Amino acid sequence: MADDTVSGRSDITLGDAYLAQVKTKRLMNFIMLVIFLALLVSGFHTADSRNAGGFWDGLSNIFDFPAAMFSEAIERAPMMPGYLVKYFPSLIETVNIAAAATLVGALLGLLMSLLVTRGFAPVPWLVSPLRRVLDILRAIPEIVIALVLIFMLGGGPVPAMIAIALHSIGALGKLFSEVNENASLKPVEGLSSVGANWTQRMWLGVIPQVAPNYLSYALLRFEINIRASAILGFVGAGGIGYDLRNTMSWGVGKYDEAAAIFILLFLTIVVVDQFSSLLRNRLTHGAANTQVTV
Amino acid sequence: MNSALLQTATVAQFSRRKRITIAVPLVILAYFVYIFVSFDVAGLSERINVNNARTLVSDSYSYKTHVAQDNRDGSIAISVEGERKGEYPQGTAPDWVSLGDTTVVDLGEGHIITFGAEVSYDIPGYGVVTARPDGTGVNAVFPDGDLPDFINASKNRVMIATDAGRFTITRARAEVFKYSFGWELFFFTLDSPYYGMGPAHLAEKAFSGEAGAIWQEFWTNKMWRHGDVFWALFETLLMASLGTFGAAIVALPLAFLAARNFTPLGTLRFAARRLFDFLRGVDGLIWTIVLSRAFGPGPLTGALAILLTDTGTFGKMFSEALENVDEKQIEGVASTGAKPAQRYRFGVFPQVMPVLLSQVLYYLESNTRSATIIGAITGGGIGLLLTQAIATQKDWEEVTYYIILIILLVMAMDTLSGWLRRKLIKGDEGGH
Repeated sequence: MADDTVSGRSDITLGDAYLAQVKTKRLMNFIMLVIFLALLVSGFHTADSRNAGGFWDGLSNIFDFPAAMFSEAIERAPMMPGYLVKYFPSLIETVNIAAAATLVGALLGLLMSLLVTRGFAPVPWLVSPLRRVLDILRAIPEIVIALVLIFMLGGGPVPAMIAIALHSIGALGKLFSEVNENASLKPVEGLSSVGANWTQRMWLGVIPQVAPNYLSYALLRFEINIRASAILGFVGAGGIGYDLRNTMSWGVGKYDEAAAIFILLFLTIVVVDQFSSLLRNRLTHGAANTQVTV
Repeated sequence: MNSALLQTATVAQFSRRKRITIAVPLVILAYFVYIFVSFDVAGLSERINVNNARTLVSDSYSYKTHVAQDNRDGSIAISVEGERKGEYPQGTAPDWVSLGDTTVVDLGEGHIITFGAEVSYDIPGYGVVTARPDGTGVNAVFPDGDLPDFINASKNRVMIATDAGRFTITRARAEVFKYSFGWELFFFTLDSPYYGMGPAHLAEKAFSGEAGAIWQEFWTNKMWRHGDVFWALFETLLMASLGTFGAAIVALPLAFLAARNFTPLGTLRFAARRLFDFLRGVDGLIWTIVLSRAFGPGPLTGALAILLTDTGTFGKMFSEALENVDEKQIEGVASTGAKPAQRYRFGVFPQVMPVLLSQVLYYLESNTRSATIIGAITGGGIGLLLTQAIATQKDWEEVTYYIILIILLVMAMDTLSGWLRRKLIKGDEGGH
């Protein structure tokens, strides 16, 4: 503003111009908002018309199913602990699918991230093609790979694990490479000056810098993968999702077991979320006090 | 800190580091061994269905044409993938089949099959197999010597699988499959007048006023159903965007309730935060199941499931962003005598909007993937088409097509959301 007054234009015209500009901007924003809301409303309308049941009809019986489920669960409350024990092994399988997939995804994602970060990549011309590979891995929904693999390998945890791991490689590879870009090159240069090879430069020069961030992202991925693992079970890939589908397709009479599975799933997700966010907080903020300070 | 103490501390830290670098890979290795055993990875080699895998891979880039003779009345039917929708009209045939009293199928490289009352297959390097199917069996006659591996014969059924194609004859039916490269009928089906026209010819037709008809034929293609696929993609996109933006709108006011600096009342804050935890914890899968019971399958169910889950996610993220708001700007606006509503409008929103919008747009891409998954569970959008195509266990070229479309859709959303994020955030900074 200050230089404009120097340029000789009077404050009044300048103020008017500014206000006019603000006014048009606000008008534009308002129009955009109206268009956006109109699109949203018409979108919901379209979705409603293409849905099997209408929104307003459905809204009145939205609590029917939860109510039926919980009344059955309460009716047979003494059997609940038994169900929780019965489905616990499936829960472990779901968690294992997620954990193994996250681990595989993180390890291969780590390798990929080093291969696609300019400055670290041992084969520079591979950077672009490998980035596209990561993009594609990230874009494929897990369920697509899982369904195709189930056709070839049969049901069970392995197709789910591979499907989630592939997606995790794509997601973590990209996040890790973003972390790598912020890593200092000095340790790498120092190591190469003493004749370290690529593996040593990465292992000793880069990984220690980025490990906390990597871990934090991997934990976040684990949270996401638990949910994915439960969903894939629902399409036949084992774990608690598979049990849930079986009890659900049984219908009335097994709703109490469905309720038990809901509870197990809910508790697992909440506990893992809390635990991982605690750990992530420590990784990003609390790690400093373990260092030796001079 | 004196140097001796520093040295012991450093040495202790070094040995701790060393222990960790050895222990962590060991723990990971042990876990993989456990997974290997508990997932029965070793037994996978027995469970793997190599045939399924082979069909899947070959089907994804090739198609087969069936030429079948009804042995009772001698009629010939030719169709792509053996589907009624892909049937050649009576009296027409691809150029490797010559119709007549005895129909001759030339599979290439010298493989000739002659239909008629007596069916014969001339296999180069082996000899001629003939069969005269009647009420007693197929009466096949083979060249002298043992049957090779590629022939599977019994009294009522002979199957010959060569590289050129596959031939099956039973008492009622003789059938040849010929595998060819590509996705046949992708643009037009056989009953369309535009089938087999080259792009130049089509363009010429289009300019002479048939563009609408050509588009119509393509759009209503009965084999590939481009129109239905487009609507399915649109439904998936609709689920993702309605869910994402709907969640953002619902979450915004709730986030103010959950933010410490905007809601001094502890109980209210606690309630809002537990609501977010609950919505997130129940997760998309359970929301999808519960909602599809009430609303039935379709895009609305998917949109609402995403909306509910993401209200929890956005609520948490938004309230964290709101807690990091710079109080000075709000004070500054308040000092000019602004009313509370104006304080929010000019003190809070300009600060948080770019952050919130960026988070919302980031989720748009991931929700496109979620919408595909939810569609596969409840039945809606491209996810439904995909599960249907996989369930038939033979339309793998369609599965491939859908997968490519899904990848392109997600990537397009990724690009769009990245572009919007850059534009909106930059535009906002420019405005202040």
